[in-house]
Amino acid sequence: MNNKIAGLEKWARLLRYDALNMIVHAKSGHPGGCLSAADMVACLYFSEMKIDPNNPVWPDRDRFILSKGHAAPVLYAALARKGYFPLDTLKTLRKSGSILQGHPEMGAPGVDMTSGCLGEGLSAACGMALAARFDGKDYRTYVMMGCGEMNEGQVWESAMTAAHFALDNILVILDYNRLQFDGHVETVLNPGSMKARWQAFGWSTLEINGHDMKAICAGLSEARGIKGRPTVIIADTVKGKGVSFMENDYLWHSLMNEARLQEYTDNFKKELMHGAPG
Amino acid sequence: MTYSIGEMIPTRDSYGRTLCDLGAKNDKVVVFEADIGKSTRSSWFGRKFPDRYFNVGIAEQNEMAAAAGAAMCGLIPFVNTYAVFAAMRACEQIRTFIAYPYLNVKICPSHGGITPANDGVTHQATEDIGMMRVIPGMTVIMPADAVAARELVFQAAQYPGPVYLRFTRDAVPVIYPDNTKFKIGKGIRLKAGKDVSIIALGDMVSKALVAQNLLYREKISADVIDMHTVKPLDTEILLDSAGRTGAVVTVEDHQINCGLGGAVCETLSERMNVPVKRIGLKDTFAESGEYEQLLEKYGMSAMDIVKACEDVIGRKNEQ
Repeated sequence: MNNKIAGLEKWARLLRYDALNMIVHAKSGHPGGCLSAADMVACLYFSEMKIDPNNPVWPDRDRFILSKGHAAPVLYAALARKGYFPLDTLKTLRKSGSILQGHPEMGAPGVDMTSGCLGEGLSAACGMALAARFDGKDYRTYVMMGCGEMNEGQVWESAMTAAHFALDNILVILDYNRLQFDGHVETVLNPGSMKARWQAFGWSTLEINGHDMKAICAGLSEARGIKGRPTVIIADTVKGKGVSFMENDYLWHSLMNEARLQEYTDNFKKELMHGAPG
Repeated sequence: MTYSIGEMIPTRDSYGRTLCDLGAKNDKVVVFEADIGKSTRSSWFGRKFPDRYFNVGIAEQNEMAAAAGAAMCGLIPFVNTYAVFAAMRACEQIRTFIAYPYLNVKICPSHGGITPANDGVTHQATEDIGMMRVIPGMTVIMPADAVAARELVFQAAQYPGPVYLRFTRDAVPVIYPDNTKFKIGKGIRLKAGKDVSIIALGDMVSKALVAQNLLYREKISADVIDMHTVKPLDTEILLDSAGRTGAVVTVEDHQINCGLGGAVCETLSERMNVPVKRIGLKDTFAESGEYEQLLEKYGMSAMDIVKACEDVIGRKNEQ
């Protein structure tokens, strides 16, 4: 178990590096939200989800929707490290002709749904979960959402739908780093208690530390066992996690200082040379 | 279900029946509804196939993206609401989640144009065709009657990709023999004429036929084309007709901008020098009222089509 956790932590570290490196190459992107999501993305792709990189359209696979689509680099990093497409491809992020669009698009193997316009991923997940049930399949649909998109009305339309149809084959992971583009969630549009909010919409809620790999694994496992209603894992996270000068600074939602990030990734690379996870 | 010429039937009724037939034929057909199933007629499907009928409540944006998710998993969703909500409230969901990934979703709203007449402007969709037409890859259709609705819905189910089909709330006359064949993207010449082309859409096709008859009495021969598919536009039949008549009138239950009239002008202005006049709402909202009264008040009656035809013929003769 400890080996598994340590392995996943290494993957997460590598995904952080890949994502930042991609953003440096692209000279644009959203580092803060990639870093807050990285641990959970690593756990999903390298432990939790039933997927096959050799068959990205396998009908029985688990689905993943990155509703906070601006964190695309960390998703692409996971897909590349998992073997959906060559690692080299990562350098093409946001470049003309690339399969790696600025926000996720289904042209990239492994991307199950276009995303990036906030607040819409859970709706698509409801359609997938209804389809799974209708087809008698047991695949699950995972949706990673951001705290900023909780502002969108459609989120709550889809939350009602999932609860109404008792879609326990959906799991929402809320990357709750509390910072959105223009500032703190409480400053921009105070959501009150996020847990009470989801519970009021008929969801079961779990709260975890979104950077504690053991807690992430345990949360995902517990969520799988909850039947009869959908579950949201509210993950307490830090925007920019892992990079001291980015942590909790909402200005790093987008690429703020290219030179500083470049310097950081160069140093990161040297450290990584000591051994990538296997 | 068969129909006889002259019967008055809302095209949404034909759609509702056809949806049931489709459900019986293809178990991948599922239906999404936003709490107006009795009105859109999707509830008829719901009664027959409750496990394939998803009423997501009054939440059209959610409905549209959920349909995208279901299509992604291999189902063929038919999405129902009113056209004004489908095309406008859920426009971005259609664009980004359905059209961009080119998913096999059929958006089939009722209440197209001013056919929900006495409901007023809030429920009249007079901009939707323009909004759908501008989206890359979207196919945009409005059947003229119950027969066309039945056949084009069957076709849409076979057509791989996103389709927007718009139906009428109020009854329109059946104009097609029941055995007429339709093809998405292929306009139909209803009357052959040599003096003027009337390119019509949806509920206005029957008005175009009335106008053709009135013109005939004045010894003006009109070529009448049902352009049921606004996109992809049948440029072949359009250029052939306009080339022979040298004068064009477009007729639609929609704003004259961006809809059928817009599409026809875009094509003609690049290919042919012919006078055109567009019949439809002239950059104005309509209001509550009886459907036929509204058509008259807003310059969309058969007589208005006649006058427009005389106008373009006059301009042609001046050239």
